[in-house]
Amino acid sequence: MSLLNLTIAGAAQALAAKKFSAVELTTAHNNAIAALNPRLNAYITVTPELALEQAKAADARIAAGTAGPLTGIPLAIKDLFCTAGVRTTAASKILEPFVPPYESTVTRQLLEAGTVCLGKANLDEFAMGSSNITSGYGPVENPWKRNGSDAKLVPGGSSGGSAAAVAARLALGATGTDTGGSIRQPASFTGLAGIKPTYGRCSRYGIVAFASSLDQAGPMARTVEDCAILLGAMSGFDTHDSTSAERAVPDFTAALSRGVKGLRIGIPAEYRMDGMSAEIAALWEKGILLLREQGAEIIDISLPHTKYGLAVYYIVAPAEASSNLARYDGVRFGKRVDGEDLIDMYERTRAAGFGAEVKRRIMIGTYVLSHGYYDAYYLKAQKVRNLILRDFNNAFDKVDAILTPTAPSAAFGLGEKMDDPVTMYLNDVFTVPASLAGVPAMSVPAGLSAEGLPLGLQVIGKHFDEETVFAVSAALERAAGFTALPSVRAE
Amino acid sequence: MAYSLEGKTGTWEVVCGLEVHAQVISESKLFSGASATYGGAPNAHVSFVDAGFPGMLPVINRECVAQAVRTGLGLKAQINLVSRFDRKNYFYADLPNGYQISQFEHPIVGTGDVEIELQDGTIKHIGITRLHLEQDAGKSMHDQHASKSVIDLNRAGVALMEIVSEPDIRSPEEAGAYLRKIRQILRYLGTCDGNMEEGSMRADVNVSVRKAGEEFRTRCEIKNVNSVRFVMHAVEAEALRQIEVWESGGEVRQETRLYDPARGETRSMRSKEDAHDYRYFPEPDLLPLVLEEDFVAGLKAKLPELPDEKRRRLCDDYGIPFYDAGVLVADQAMADFYESVAKGRDARLAANWISGDFFAAMNRTGKSIENPPVSGAALGELLDLISDKTINGRIAKDVFEEMVETGAMPAAIVEAKGLRQVTDTSAIDAAVTQVLAANQDKVAEYKSGKDKLFGFFVGQVMKAMAGKGNPALVNEAVKKQLG
Repeated sequence: MSLLNLTIAGAAQALAAKKFSAVELTTAHNNAIAALNPRLNAYITVTPELALEQAKAADARIAAGTAGPLTGIPLAIKDLFCTAGVRTTAASKILEPFVPPYESTVTRQLLEAGTVCLGKANLDEFAMGSSNITSGYGPVENPWKRNGSDAKLVPGGSSGGSAAAVAARLALGATGTDTGGSIRQPASFTGLAGIKPTYGRCSRYGIVAFASSLDQAGPMARTVEDCAILLGAMSGFDTHDSTSAERAVPDFTAALSRGVKGLRIGIPAEYRMDGMSAEIAALWEKGILLLREQGAEIIDISLPHTKYGLAVYYIVAPAEASSNLARYDGVRFGKRVDGEDLIDMYERTRAAGFGAEVKRRIMIGTYVLSHGYYDAYYLKAQKVRNLILRDFNNAFDKVDAILTPTAPSAAFGLGEKMDDPVTMYLNDVFTVPASLAGVPAMSVPAGLSAEGLPLGLQVIGKHFDEETVFAVSAALERAAGFTALPSVRAE
Repeated sequence: MAYSLEGKTGTWEVVCGLEVHAQVISESKLFSGASATYGGAPNAHVSFVDAGFPGMLPVINRECVAQAVRTGLGLKAQINLVSRFDRKNYFYADLPNGYQISQFEHPIVGTGDVEIELQDGTIKHIGITRLHLEQDAGKSMHDQHASKSVIDLNRAGVALMEIVSEPDIRSPEEAGAYLRKIRQILRYLGTCDGNMEEGSMRADVNVSVRKAGEEFRTRCEIKNVNSVRFVMHAVEAEALRQIEVWESGGEVRQETRLYDPARGETRSMRSKEDAHDYRYFPEPDLLPLVLEEDFVAGLKAKLPELPDEKRRRLCDDYGIPFYDAGVLVADQAMADFYESVAKGRDARLAANWISGDFFAAMNRTGKSIENPPVSGAALGELLDLISDKTINGRIAKDVFEEMVETGAMPAAIVEAKGLRQVTDTSAIDAAVTQVLAANQDKVAEYKSGKDKLFGFFVGQVMKAMAGKGNPALVNEAVKKQLG
């Protein structure tokens, strides 16, 4: 049997039944990575020896009968999570030599659950991007191809490496982070499930910060169930993160079989934007139909401030980023380019270490926080952010979950949409509002485009009600019956 | 008489407000578990949070918050149950994150009031605008290497309280009195050691000048002044400079200046081109700081008695003068020492002894109230010996010196040296007879009206009795024999 084409749930069962060992499972993935990663560039750093060690330890746990549902499961870790002793770059040249002496809380919890780290997945530099082309370590190729075309497509971003790795069978699952859609959009572009949980559900400790008030870790995997298993291990209160929520973590997998009968699903009018492609509109209609058929009540709702979401996001996120990235100054860690004096060293180090998109966002962020502009931009954006949150709260008085498309299009070609940054930013139009409101949102593969590319639907839930998100997503997944596979994948 | 400065164009009033940065006494730093103790090898007290490593997050230290609340209560200030942290962004090598976490718009403590006393006994109130919590930066050293600067981050992240006064201060004396009073309150509360030499307390001094009846004119801020004396000098030096600028037809520019104690002048610190735009915004890594009323009430209940209250109580409880009480409460340990001596004894006598011989001995021996030249118990015993007339005041001074020198207890000294006061009237009479007989000429002068000689006879008798005569009885006997 192929050890690559499994779900996490399936692999765990097989490991428990001793059909194969964790070492065999990991070796198969190490080999697959060795064969395909040079082409896809899904990993920045691979850790085959470490993975084997961890797999051996997992086998010992399995033999001892102390294994959990993730013991021996090989994962790709987005290279934004600090991993003790393993280089962590955030896909930036400025962190090229950085080996953290500490482990992020999320990856520590995953390691304690017995997972195996195959390597550090590529991403947009500092998670700033929607196509993975801003990585300082080269773009990632989407394993999916348009029908009859060999053109390279982007995997989405910023968790593009995580998405490509899981889609191409170079990992059973992956960690991602989502600031404005960085889990959901690449999941949609690569036919995967991916959830951004409620802000505060996962600790941000040890995750290289992009925009602190928006960043959340989450899983990406081939099924909704796998995401539920992974999120269970990634979640929980952490005394090291003041913004993590002091709440019990429910058994997310228990929600998968709830179904949607009697659930009220909101369809926000404002997401039917001018120029929405017929394909995306049709997919959305299909999703609505599938949920209705399973007994959900479909309710038209309004999220009136949706149209301001992108503008607010592209003020708040760069503002926080401009401050968060000030620490990359060449003084204590990472790259340093010496200069005439301190200021010169800063300028040379940051000029050489940061890519164009990161510089652009630092400039935007610095500008919107500047004296005389703060009120007009940052403060105004915060006020509108509150209105967007209120929109969701009002909506959730009437509905249990909201269904929307995940992205305005299928994966696009490498080199497309590069003309101006704003076109690229439009990718996040459906994902950004949930980020601003801090509510959980999941992308589920629901169909293929006319060109044969995967398309996702987004399920948005109430704060800390990931269970309903999982219930709706699982129902959608079952009904959609998405089974297509990418053309580039390890066998 | 209010303080003012004379210029060519008339009389100028000085307007001053102080921003006091006080390092919080706490085990660990404001947002990390690293030790906040002073000293240690460079970079020995640095966590990854302090060093601004990727993915590190601040977590507020409850004790630092409690210290700020205690200080706010000590300053009779409003405690804000909801406050918020902001980032103050600027680049410097000893500021690891590229921003300082501070409180800009919503400080933990609001308006308060501090009472100061001036030389002439005047009491004046200085308003407190606010107190906020913030992180200290690290230390840059430029003299350790030929071409490089070295950075010590031990101090980076240590909690500071910034205490901002209203522009209520009108003279160098008031500035000094205010700073000393703040330091005294912080020390009483145990929230800051007030040690300006080690830099655990520093002041930014805002100064402007104006003619009587005018609105405030432009002010300048003199940064990081590190002694009470320098603050007082800086106020005057800066005021004089500004007067000269105004009177020569110029205009004072709002700017940051430094005080140079060697030259006794202030000078401009940075040009306008370098003026910082700190880009303050709410710290997204921290939730708003919300205090429970019970938390504040609990701290309030356990607040120590503060200097103003203690001073009034000492006056009331012990009947000592307001001025003396002020001297005793200057230092909490001193006041405790006084009370340990005065309790159940002649409290005025205790005050006189402590502010007299005891202070003198402390200065002379270089000892402190924590390690006093004589213990409270010993001094108490000495006072008891005076009160029960075992010894007289004159002998007591000798006994005290002996106590300072040898550490022996006073009763033992009195016994060993036979210093008991003589109350035996026949012995006194005999001594008086002897003295009068030896000074017949003086007796004659006395009898012819030179009353002042009475003291001379008393002194001679005491001398003859090696100082041990009971002064009242000696007086009486001299009077009787002189007829």
